[in-house]
Amino acid sequence: MNPLELARARPGETCTVTLDGRSVEALPGQTVAAALWAAGVTAWRSTRGAGRPRGVFCGIGVCFDCLVTVNGRANQRACLVPVHPGDVIRTQEGTGRVDD
Amino acid sequence: MTERMRLAVVGAGPAGLAGALAAAARGVDVTLIDAAGQAGGQFYRQPAPALNARRPEALHHQWRTWQRLSDGLARHLAAGRITHLTEHHVWCVRRESDAFRVHALLGPAQEEGVTVRADAVLLATGGYERVLPFPGWTLPGVVTAGGAQAMLKGGLVLPGRRIVVAGTGPLLLPVAAGLATAGAEVAALVESAGPAALLRRTPELAAQPGKLAEGAWYAGQLVRHRVRTLARHTVVEAHGTDRLTAVTVAALDRAGRIRPGSARRIPCDTLAVGHGMLPHTDLAETLGCTLNGTDVDVDAEQRTDVPGVWAAGETTGIGGAALALAEGHIAGRSAAARLHGTVPDPRTWAAADRARTRLRAFFAALDTVYAPPAGWAERIPDDTVVCRCEEVTAGEVRTAGPLGAADLRTAKLLTRAGMGWCQGRMCAPAVAGLTGCPLTPGRRPFARPVPLGVLANVPDDETPTR
Ligand SMILES: Cc1cc2nc3c(=O)[nH]c(=O)nc-3n(C[C@H](O)[C@H](O)[C@H](O)COP(=O)(O)OP(=O)(O)OC[C@H]3O[C@@H](n4cnc5c(N)ncnc54)[C@H](O)[C@@H]3O)c2cc1C
Ligand code: FES
Repeated sequence: MNPLELARARPGETCTVTLDGRSVEALPGQTVAAALWAAGVTAWRSTRGAGRPRGVFCGIGVCFDCLVTVNGRANQRACLVPVHPGDVIRTQEGTGRVDD
Repeated sequence: MTERMRLAVVGAGPAGLAGALAAAARGVDVTLIDAAGQAGGQFYRQPAPALNARRPEALHHQWRTWQRLSDGLARHLAAGRITHLTEHHVWCVRRESDAFRVHALLGPAQEEGVTVRADAVLLATGGYERVLPFPGWTLPGVVTAGGAQAMLKGGLVLPGRRIVVAGTGPLLLPVAAGLATAGAEVAALVESAGPAALLRRTPELAAQPGKLAEGAWYAGQLVRHRVRTLARHTVVEAHGTDRLTAVTVAALDRAGRIRPGSARRIPCDTLAVGHGMLPHTDLAETLGCTLNGTDVDVDAEQRTDVPGVWAAGETTGIGGAALALAEGHIAGRSAAARLHGTVPDPRTWAAADRARTRLRAFFAALDTVYAPPAGWAERIPDDTVVCRCEEVTAGEVRTAGPLGAADLRTAKLLTRAGMGWCQGRMCAPAVAGLTGCPLTPGRRPFARPVPLGVLANVPDDETPTR
């Protein structure tokens, strides 16, 4: 049993997004975080100070641990942002800004 | 023709929905505003529509109540009595003479602003989970128990295969049951409270047979999925380098100290952990509402002490979905009557009032049972990161007390703990525990980070958007 079977989900076609250039299959409607979890990825950011890996913590938009760069825009909360076909997702280092 | 009175309801969880339905049914023009894409809040969080779930109820308890709420919402939407603004993140509510402006940011990008005007406001913003730090709690694979539940209900995903659910509080039961039902192997449910503490509270708890039955139902699910429950145990450490590989748990004695030699290691790829909840109070605070500890203070009609502002659900104190429904219903009826210039008759909501009284007593009793184990703060090693955003360690936070910090704000200025993205929402309980400062809400000017462009474009006298 998995959650999709349990809820008898019939998602439409899977779509493809990229994570640091690598193709990842995603289900439309899922958030970036859910799509990455489904692909077995649990970390997509490193912290500003110690460079430690982080991913989802609160899951509801409160903690900002899940920040990620989506289509060139840094600091998006992966647990809130839905995936779209062709999204270019990049792991985020530090503040996520090139000028930092 | 007289204009219809307008109520803005912030939050479409059980409290906000009950409030919106009650007010709309009594001739008020309701705007229901929520950050999520769909109504439901935390308890009734729905799978994303594109996932096309034909049996979403498989992940839910009390589905009939949800159906009643969503049918009611659909009816009022069709009749134009409720407008539902989804994906609107409210960052500030302003009061001016006798009207309100609710400022929201649109969609996931949150870069565009929208303003809703209303004659009264109901704050039903719910709460978020409290996690107390321990070594390894920042490792990927460690998530909040509610967060795991939210990702499961909304995205139909599991964080990993083999999960330990740990901490304290009534939320751990549905989370462990939900994850197990959805196919995860739940290696253990680790609860720091002991059954003896629950038994000492029997009269208050027994007064809520419905809630007890709910607990028993979840417990049955755990037995069915062969989830082992370790009562009076706590997580001591999460292990791994780049992601979680195991947790160490240990038994607690009656005084809440760790029993020597009781530590055991459980391999797992996910730890879903929580130590209770805290209310969202930012919007109430910027409006000037008085707080009682961490909760928005309300009277018997769910009115705050700011005229025209009601509050209901977890924002007024943590107490679960049924209490949120009762409070929201009362708030909606009271607001409708007051907006029409009449004094409401509390007898018309006697049933909700009784439920509210019983459930508040029930959760007050639960709170004493599910308190974090004594000595939790002393047990945090100096090198454990406490403020996840600014990466401030327990050792650094401990210096704040001797440096003269008597409140969280000073501790923040001295150590940077609480200065980062989440504005202390995650670390405040630990910083309070480590420094001895009282746990007070953060006095954040805005409930959400606001782009400067949006701030600059909030005119003093803008045109109403509706
Ligand atoms: C992550 C999580 C998971 C939970 N899972 C369960 C569970 O499985 N079972 C259970 O019994 N209890 C669960 N709870 C407890 C649950 O919060 C309550 O039982 C119940 O949902 C409270 O209802 P409410 O209406 O007060 O708040 P909520 O249901 O939390 O609803 C609040 C709503 O307000 C919205 N909101 C908040 N701030 C803003 C803002 N600034 N702008 C716009 N919208 C805003 C949120 O998006 C949310 O929809 C969970 C709590 C959390 C935090
Ligand atoms: S996981 Fe906390 S904000 Fe996304």
